[in-house]
Amino acid sequence: MQVIIDNFDVVLKAFAYTIALFLSSGLVALVLGTILVAMRVGPVAVMRKASAVYVTLVRNTPLLIVLMFMAIAAPKIGINFRWLDVQIGELSFTSFFGAAFIGLALYTSTFVCEALRSGVNAVPLGQAEAARAIGLPFGGVMTQVVLPQAVRASVPPLASTMIALLKNTSVAAVFGVAEAVSRMRALTNNNASDRWEIFIVFALGYIILVELISAIAIFLERRWRVA
Amino acid sequence: MRFIRTKAAVAVAGLTLSLAACGDAGSDSEGPDVEVKEDAASEFDDGTRMKELAEAGAIKIGVKYDQPGLGFKDAASDTPEGFDVEMAKILAADLGIAEDDVEWVETISDNREPFLQDGTVDLVLASYSITDDRREVVGQAGPYMITGQQLLVKSDSDIESVEDVKGKEVCSVTGSTSLETIEAKGAKGVGLDTYSDCAQKVLDGSVEAMTTDGSILAGLAAQNEGELKVVGEEFSEERIGVGYPKDRPEMCQWIVDTLTEANEDGDWEAAFESTLGPSGVDTPEFPEMDACES
Repeated sequence: MQVIIDNFDVVLKAFAYTIALFLSSGLVALVLGTILVAMRVGPVAVMRKASAVYVTLVRNTPLLIVLMFMAIAAPKIGINFRWLDVQIGELSFTSFFGAAFIGLALYTSTFVCEALRSGVNAVPLGQAEAARAIGLPFGGVMTQVVLPQAVRASVPPLASTMIALLKNTSVAAVFGVAEAVSRMRALTNNNASDRWEIFIVFALGYIILVELISAIAIFLERRWRVA
Repeated sequence: MRFIRTKAAVAVAGLTLSLAACGDAGSDSEGPDVEVKEDAASEFDDGTRMKELAEAGAIKIGVKYDQPGLGFKDAASDTPEGFDVEMAKILAADLGIAEDDVEWVETISDNREPFLQDGTVDLVLASYSITDDRREVVGQAGPYMITGQQLLVKSDSDIESVEDVKGKEVCSVTGSTSLETIEAKGAKGVGLDTYSDCAQKVLDGSVEAMTTDGSILAGLAAQNEGELKVVGEEFSEERIGVGYPKDRPEMCQWIVDTLTEANEDGDWEAAFESTLGPSGVDTPEFPEMDACES
């Protein structure tokens, strides 16, 4: 346990990167996923197809391959994040963070889209028809009537998606982001005799974060309960 | 006519020789032919691990597969090659086990101790730094090589020493000691999966430099001749040794004796020159071995 106490600042900093990666890619994924779902249920055939193709392709690709593409292949075809160099307190966000963040956001957005689509499908068709009948355009139908109800219904699957995203940030360990798993590997490498404690502490860190997300989801579900 | 043909033959022979001479690190690392002992089992006392292995005629040795010049296996070859691998062959030969009967197991940094503890491998020779903490869970004999951390940069880079990378991004393998050391020196550590990934990132300019033991960097520089160079003084000391299971303390003295003998009859030097020599590393002095706990 001494190892963890001595290196507690390292552990905290590592989880700070995990949380930063989760929050940034989570936000972008939610926005992108909402746009994707609007396209998927919209009246324009081209957009429906494009969104469906994108979701199918990215959702069926393992995350490791998506991140590999971002970190290794993308720079070769001119997509790089070298312009990114932000320092916030102790944390520095550079090109590697950028690649992991975009990769995770693009990957997770497809899951957000599908979670929301399940919510949209839960809204009775009559609602959309009634909204059309009072003369709302498609944008209005979505933002005023369908999506608010769909989001309520999607909270549980969205929470699962976000929990998955939090744990998926660990894949960035081998793509240059010094998040929790990469620090854990450094600690176990240097302190082979304390492997157990190190593993348990890092597992606990993840459990605490996931429980936080679950608590927020439960709170929202209660708050938005449909009468 | 005949004269011309002879001339042609001589020319061809000359060409072949000159081609053979410019193989890069690891491509033609036929190490010294170590004599495999006959009837090795009779030399060891009953009940020792060495006797068990010698009688079985087989041994499982953990090496790295991604470190050119030390332990490297590309997709095309059947067996790994490098200095660590040559040391492993010397140890196996002393047990009367030919290199064809050695079962090579890839060990990454993270699983070296677990593999020794659960018997997946009998020995580990995988650029395995000797540390007090590791000696609490496994046995470590040696060192058979002392190396230190250096920097690998682009050929046209103006970085000359570890002082020049403060605040810059420097790459190494996720979870490695090298990464911790360079962060302590004030650089931003970037952890990737393998050393070759890091070399790639140095080449494409994503990071300023990469760092790890000089011997590994030399191998990478040789693979990318003219594009990458090793710079700076060594700024850490890594004592590379042999890992063995902690519950087999009798192996320690045998490893030390065998390696000392290999140094005396020139096998150690020959192994070094055939593996790390081509990448421009000068053959060092054979290091002073740690005494074994009796």
